[in-house]
Amino acid sequence: MSQQQTDQQPLYEARRSIYPRSVKGRFRNIKWAILTLAYGVYFLLPWMRWERSAGPDQAVLFDLAGRKFYLFGLTVYPQDIFWLAGFLMLAAYLLFFVTGIAGRVFCGYFCFQTLWTDVFVLVERLVQGERPARIRLAKQPLNSEKALKLGVTHLLWLLVAFATGLSFVLYWGNAPDLIRDFFTGQAPFAAYGTTLFLTATTYVMAGLAREQVCTYMCPYSRFQSAMFDKDTLIVSYDSKRGEGRAKLGKGLKGREERQAAGVGDCIDCGYCVQVCPTGIDIRNGLQIQCISCALCIDACDTIMDSLGWERGLVAYTSERQAEGGKPARLFRPKVVGYFLVLLVIVAALAWNVSHQQLFDLSVAQERQPLHVTLSDGRIQNSYEFKMNNKTGGPLELEFEITGLEGAELDLGKFSHIELAPDQRLRLRAHIKHEPPTGEAGSQKFRIRAIPTNRTDLEAFEKDAVFSWPGSH
Amino acid sequence: MSDKTQEQQNNAVQTTGHAWDGDLQEFNNPLPRWWIWTFYATIVFSLIYWLIFPTWPYANTYTKGIGNTITFENEQGEEVTTHWNTRSLLIEEMQTGEEALKQKAYLEKVNAASYEEILSDPDMMAFTNSTAKVLFADNCAACHGPAAALPGSAFGLYPNLADDAWLWGGTVEEIEQTLILGRNGYMPAFGTTLSEEQLDEVANYVLSLSMEGADASKVAAGKEIFNGQAGGCHYCHTKEATGLKSQGAANLTDAIWTVANVTAAPTTEAKLVAIKQVIRDGINRVMPAWSGRLSDDEIKQLAIYVHQRGGGK
Repeated sequence: MSQQQTDQQPLYEARRSIYPRSVKGRFRNIKWAILTLAYGVYFLLPWMRWERSAGPDQAVLFDLAGRKFYLFGLTVYPQDIFWLAGFLMLAAYLLFFVTGIAGRVFCGYFCFQTLWTDVFVLVERLVQGERPARIRLAKQPLNSEKALKLGVTHLLWLLVAFATGLSFVLYWGNAPDLIRDFFTGQAPFAAYGTTLFLTATTYVMAGLAREQVCTYMCPYSRFQSAMFDKDTLIVSYDSKRGEGRAKLGKGLKGREERQAAGVGDCIDCGYCVQVCPTGIDIRNGLQIQCISCALCIDACDTIMDSLGWERGLVAYTSERQAEGGKPARLFRPKVVGYFLVLLVIVAALAWNVSHQQLFDLSVAQERQPLHVTLSDGRIQNSYEFKMNNKTGGPLELEFEITGLEGAELDLGKFSHIELAPDQRLRLRAHIKHEPPTGEAGSQKFRIRAIPTNRTDLEAFEKDAVFSWPGSH
Repeated sequence: MSDKTQEQQNNAVQTTGHAWDGDLQEFNNPLPRWWIWTFYATIVFSLIYWLIFPTWPYANTYTKGIGNTITFENEQGEEVTTHWNTRSLLIEEMQTGEEALKQKAYLEKVNAASYEEILSDPDMMAFTNSTAKVLFADNCAACHGPAAALPGSAFGLYPNLADDAWLWGGTVEEIEQTLILGRNGYMPAFGTTLSEEQLDEVANYVLSLSMEGADASKVAAGKEIFNGQAGGCHYCHTKEATGLKSQGAANLTDAIWTVANVTAAPTTEAKLVAIKQVIRDGINRVMPAWSGRLSDDEIKQLAIYVHQRGGGK
């Protein structure tokens, strides 16, 4: 065994601080817009009111204790759990679809880690100044200025983190009541616990860990590479045009001069590296750390504009295009396939949600004993009706059976059932019937629940089976 | 620029310096330092956990956890404080948990209501059916079967509660009385008092009460015996053969056979054999009294449940 000892590189590595420089440009504007929209929705949605005939007046409320999720005009019941499966499938395929076309769009523009880190970096910049000022502050020994600036930064971070945690909690209860209870010490423990937990995680993840989350914690950034192909949009540096890079030195000012000297368009200003929130150099090619935020494109475009050179030294392109091939094809089998699957899921989900049953009726036949002989010679089968009134109003029901001539439906004392909004009820029913044949057999019939107080609702129907033994 | 070093590192990953089989080497992509600190933190967490919760077995006992107790009420109603454990947590939850309190409130409502009120309230009925189902399974199912009806092989050993024939009365109040007092379902054996011929005649009469196929000449003789001194069956079963409720005597005129499995017998001959066997051997079925074993409230729930199984009177 030979031991070739290279320079001792440590097994563990401290995080290298990153001080992203601010940048203005197309993609930064898009990102600010998305961030504003996302924050607006996230922080304001719990306060939005919504008129309902029954239930709370909060537009979006996840009522765990009541086992109901209110989403605007829709009330989601535990029975609708399949929608969650549909929604998750939708989310997954949307991700595959978008990632197949345009790479890590979710990471760069929509992921809450990116959004919250953006805000935390903004706070940092407003308090401590631009990148050089922050680096200088970090390097200088602790004095009152440093303590004050760092203190204010962390305090503001904690405030944003707290607002984030508290807002999340407001989705799970009536927001105005909950926030009053929260600050008067009367909210449930779960509210304080969740707020504290989310405040802590937001502060740590967006303030301290940042790109470490994307690089080391997020599984998504790893498996996304499996969805990339040669036509997937990636942020990349045009090395043919840019190399060999050289600073704007003497005799290397104009493009013609540089080309004559065999020097590329990259003036090695380092702006693309300075704006990168994950601290990489895009000129080294596609890297696992790259979240496709496109800020380096804005940075390079700014420089190119100021030089009067054409944009696109760093740009969205595809691997095929970067190798000199054609621009990205959109209609690839994979993309079309994902799109079709997406269509199917959206259609199925939309159909299912719009056809939500306002009344659940399930009929379970007693199987032990399946049938009993009564004293008058008739056969009795027993059933359990389970009902759930989701109409939002009171429901009065009468029951009848069809398809079983001459049979008697015995509901004990309940010829007429009244269900309050959201009431669930189980009811035992006996059906007594003269067996139609001497041989053992069974017959399908139908149980109808007729709403007597609502003219707009059709009768709810359920199939059931009546069985009888053979007689000798 | 500082990113030069980074670039070098990105392009040239170092190895740990080990080499196996001459050329097998190990890349060294350094782990973030916070990662290893997180790992140490989990170790510290487990140490604290070991101190607070019951963990390590030693000798014939185990570490109980320091300063972590749980208080609950045991079956005798005494308050018990012990080291934290999931079993006590379960007991405590069953007593003071949110759902336990809801159930308690519902039980109190049902206990305070009259039979009439419960039977006309679908919500209370559904609740009682659920609670009594457990009581029935624990106390009654051993004889009556888990669904209050016995399978064919055990026919007649114990009354079927899923049909609408009630030996001792089928109102809730009567069922409650049956539960409280217990019942002796007794019919004497006629094997020694009646001759084989008489047995045959009585059996033919009994069969003729609800079914066809009996021998007409024997039916008349059987009726004589049934309503006369020779058999004396009418004392309990009445002259109309509809049964005396106070004696728990079966109604012989309806379609239900409670002891002799006549329905399952394929031929008239076999039906008569089944009936004769019951007359010859008699019946001795005992149901114990439940007043001492179950609380009044439990008996009440069971009465409702049994009443509803077959559709009570």
